[in-house]
Amino acid sequence: MVATSVSVEQVYEWLADVPDPEIPVLSILDLGIVRDVTVANSVTVTLTPTYSGCPATEAIEASVVTALEKQGVEVAIKRVLSPPWTSDWISDAGRRKLLQYGIAPPQESGSIACPQCGSPQTERISEFGSTACKASWRCCDCLEPFEYFKCL
Amino acid sequence: MNAEQALIAYVLRLADNALILGQRMIEVVAAGPELEEELANANFALDFIGQARMLYTCAGELEGQGRSEDDFAFMRDEREFQNLLLLEQPNGHFGDALVRQFLFESFYVHLLDGLTRCSAPGLAEIAARAIKEVKYHLRHHSQWLIRLGDGTELSHARVQASLDDAWQYTGEMFVADAVDTVVHESFAGPDLEAVAVLWRRDVAAVVEQATLALPGDQAMASGGKDGRHSEHFGFLLAEMQTMQRSFPGATW
Repeated sequence: MVATSVSVEQVYEWLADVPDPEIPVLSILDLGIVRDVTVANSVTVTLTPTYSGCPATEAIEASVVTALEKQGVEVAIKRVLSPPWTSDWISDAGRRKLLQYGIAPPQESGSIACPQCGSPQTERISEFGSTACKASWRCCDCLEPFEYFKCL
Repeated sequence: MNAEQALIAYVLRLADNALILGQRMIEVVAAGPELEEELANANFALDFIGQARMLYTCAGELEGQGRSEDDFAFMRDEREFQNLLLLEQPNGHFGDALVRQFLFESFYVHLLDGLTRCSAPGLAEIAARAIKEVKYHLRHHSQWLIRLGDGTELSHARVQASLDDAWQYTGEMFVADAVDTVVHESFAGPDLEAVAVLWRRDVAAVVEQATLALPGDQAMASGGKDGRHSEHFGFLLAEMQTMQRSFPGATW
């Protein structure tokens, strides 16, 4: 397939199926790390890392290449740092998916509601969790532990 | 030294700082006193390694001789590394490592803040990414310093001793040499005198809250920025570089 016969919208549709390796319920579009797609002479996808040392960065780039190769499209990956990613880049759809998955989405203020029972009575167990982007919390009502996606 | 050479040296120093501190932190992975600290340390170490990778790549691009992040990290010798002496000091006990992180990050956060406004494009972007991470580290380490300092008699005495021991390595951070001066003048890099004022203010505030005493003026160790390291450094490098030294060019 000649790259120019692909539309930007088509590439975005394909990217919507590329999951984040650490939170597979989110696509890389939900996560907000796809900064640009161009299809001029060849397809270029511009990505930004969530954290400097994010071990998933290379894995994500590889899965973008694989996903587009499956469609017969060669893609060049560009990595940008600016503006730096923050949790504000997570889309509304992404936030809903996180909640359904049992991870409390990032929020600027107010109490963090339990993703299981919705109770606002929750407490932090640890500021650190299974990945750099998550903290460990617990619901004081249903007593279920849950992960909270840190706001940064 | 022209401006371009100074910038390459400057970026390499930043990279060396991040790599060597990250390496020290990695040494105690799986030895955390509790799970939360274990994860915090590992996550923070990863941030520093990630920053080192970006900075080495940036230095390689500026230099234009095809050197990769791995070439800088694994194929240079002791004298070629220009990290601060503070960062290569052994981990010691939990309080020692904590004080090292606290003193450096209190400095690094202001240095990065200045760098976000510098005119070297790649560097400003890396700084903008890194400062978000380092602010988080610093908050964590400040809380721990307060908890230990304002804790028991034993924790207070031990962390005060850590602070007294580490203090001699803080002077070096603020002594501007030719590299710092050229980057400050040619690329609007941070002014170390201004950073020193902010550092002293921040450190004093946390130390006071921790009910600890700020160490007095004393002779300061220096040499890291010239590649003259403490005796601990060779051992650190030997462990870090063993794979590439034994099997040059190995990939995985």
